[in-house]
Amino acid sequence: MSHGLADARVLPGTPLRRGVPIVFLCFAAMVIAVLAVPFVGSTPLQFTRVFSRDIPFSENVDAQIFFVARLPRALAAALVGGTLAAAGVVFQGLLRNPLATPYTLGISAGASLGAMVAITLGAALPFGGVASASLAGAFVAVVIVYALARARHSGLSTTVLLLAGVTLNAFFSALILFVQYLSDFAQTYRALRWLMGDLDVAGYAPILAALPLVGIAFAAFAWLARPLNLLSLGADAAGSRGVNVLRAQRVAFFSASLATGAAVSVGGPIGFVGIIVPHLVRLLVGADHRLVLPASIFFGASFLTMCDAVARTVMAPLELPVGIITAVIGGPFFLWLLLRQR
Amino acid sequence: MMRAKTAAAIGLVMLALAVSPFASPIRQDAQREAPRYSRIVSLVPAVTEMLFAMGAGGAVAGISSYDRYPPEALTRPKVGGLIDPDFERILSLRPDLVITYGTQSELIDRLRRANIGIYNYEHAGLADITATLRSLGQRIGRRAEAERLAASLEQHLADVRARVAGRPRPRTALIIGRELGTLRGVHASAGVGFLHDLLETAGGIDVFDDVKRQSLQVSTEVLLARAPEVILELHPPEGWTPEKIARERAVWQQLPSLPAVRRGRIHILTDHRLIVPGPRVGDAARMIADLLHPPSLPSNR
Repeated sequence: MSHGLADARVLPGTPLRRGVPIVFLCFAAMVIAVLAVPFVGSTPLQFTRVFSRDIPFSENVDAQIFFVARLPRALAAALVGGTLAAAGVVFQGLLRNPLATPYTLGISAGASLGAMVAITLGAALPFGGVASASLAGAFVAVVIVYALARARHSGLSTTVLLLAGVTLNAFFSALILFVQYLSDFAQTYRALRWLMGDLDVAGYAPILAALPLVGIAFAAFAWLARPLNLLSLGADAAGSRGVNVLRAQRVAFFSASLATGAAVSVGGPIGFVGIIVPHLVRLLVGADHRLVLPASIFFGASFLTMCDAVARTVMAPLELPVGIITAVIGGPFFLWLLLRQR
Repeated sequence: MMRAKTAAAIGLVMLALAVSPFASPIRQDAQREAPRYSRIVSLVPAVTEMLFAMGAGGAVAGISSYDRYPPEALTRPKVGGLIDPDFERILSLRPDLVITYGTQSELIDRLRRANIGIYNYEHAGLADITATLRSLGQRIGRRAEAERLAASLEQHLADVRARVAGRPRPRTALIIGRELGTLRGVHASAGVGFLHDLLETAGGIDVFDDVKRQSLQVSTEVLLARAPEVILELHPPEGWTPEKIARERAVWQQLPSLPAVRRGRIHILTDHRLIVPGPRVGDAARMIADLLHPPSLPSNR
């Protein structure tokens, strides 16, 4: 259980320079994945038509499949994958728990509840707005967890944070079941399908809507890399080395929550990315967050982009939910990781 | 989260079973004579409609929570739905016949133990609706009324078929659900089931005919590639105002290369008749045919 932490403790000896090429490699992998996967799909495309300027876009089916269906999907997968992976790194550092995921603190459960309500009441609401409803749900969860963790402590108790998150997860799950129970079959099925994760965003609007939130979170992550390194030695040790522990914990909690909420509002609660990718990246670059964070973003982005390409092609025209692919790859991989570390 | 997913997965399996095209269409308890039942509880909206249509509405003592038609049925007590039938409430109505859905095996067992008559039903194709009408009529001792109703429905469907015969059949996508305001989570009727049969009867070609399932989730790519000439969206009428219909039709403009979008042939239909595989499917077939083949309308319609 504590091997990830043990890894993190050896970080002062980790040479930064050796990891930098790997970060660039991960970046290159992401760029290649995002550019390459739109060329793969269930429909054979004529690429001369895709990039032809002679055919009006509104009549060019090939170009629309490429630019309206596949490219936004690849970008959404990259955005969601990179964001979840980085949020996983931050939560693992904040909670000092290698099994923490972006979903541990109940944020995705809050987001899911919001989405469920929007799907169930969709016909009654003036607008559909599943994405904004899930973001609102995530926000409510963040506020509750934070208030609980702060309630009876002068600082931010990570133990209370964890317990509050786990309890909130269970509570929101019960409410999700309740909402599903009230809804009819078609709604229940659509809600369930949302929970499996779906990156078919059908345009760029959902990506653009999430981008500012992810941008803010990533800026905070950049600032967090050094404090997280010191926090991994323990709050007291970090404090004695000049880290404002409460501020670092607060920034970590809110930025990773923001990132998670934004990612879930785009793709649904896609599992495993936020836990496998950080561990795999640590195997590659060591435990220094200055390397782990960017490498996780790039690796997570390429990983989910590839998973989604598999999801939409392997059973075409039927489509596998991408969450199934990440789980099928991620589950065994994670077990291998656990055994290997023993 | 995981628990919710597990429960949801169980829900999905149940749903999949409920709509399984492979399930036998009709199964009946062996019963040769034809008793007239006086207290019938129906857990299936389509069968509730059938009972009222064949004049047995007076014998209906309870309905499901999903029943919407006929208005007279709504005065009856509700006893739950497909996954949550309230056994105690059913018993309290002292039924002599309960209409169950094929996947309600636990309820069926309990009813058998209580020695209550069962008529078991599952959705299947369009032809199974008239078959159900006849077998149900025989079961409840209203063979003549059921036969008249079934024959009239068959005639109705045959009229629709005749009216669209020989006309070019537009390639049609029958959309049964999506995330409102966006083109995400689009679900369509596929190559099996009464909606598929309805579309073919009304003179359309189902663009997902090759997918031998009742429905599928359609990605943006597959929608673009299948290039439907007509898009029909079916929704229950609750909450759909004309403004909302106009707004949701406009959402399709995101995919301008779709022939249906270019020709303005996107129709959002909010009518229970299109969703319930009951005795009103003749109306449903006519509504769809009117949209797919507008010039074929007789002038007095």
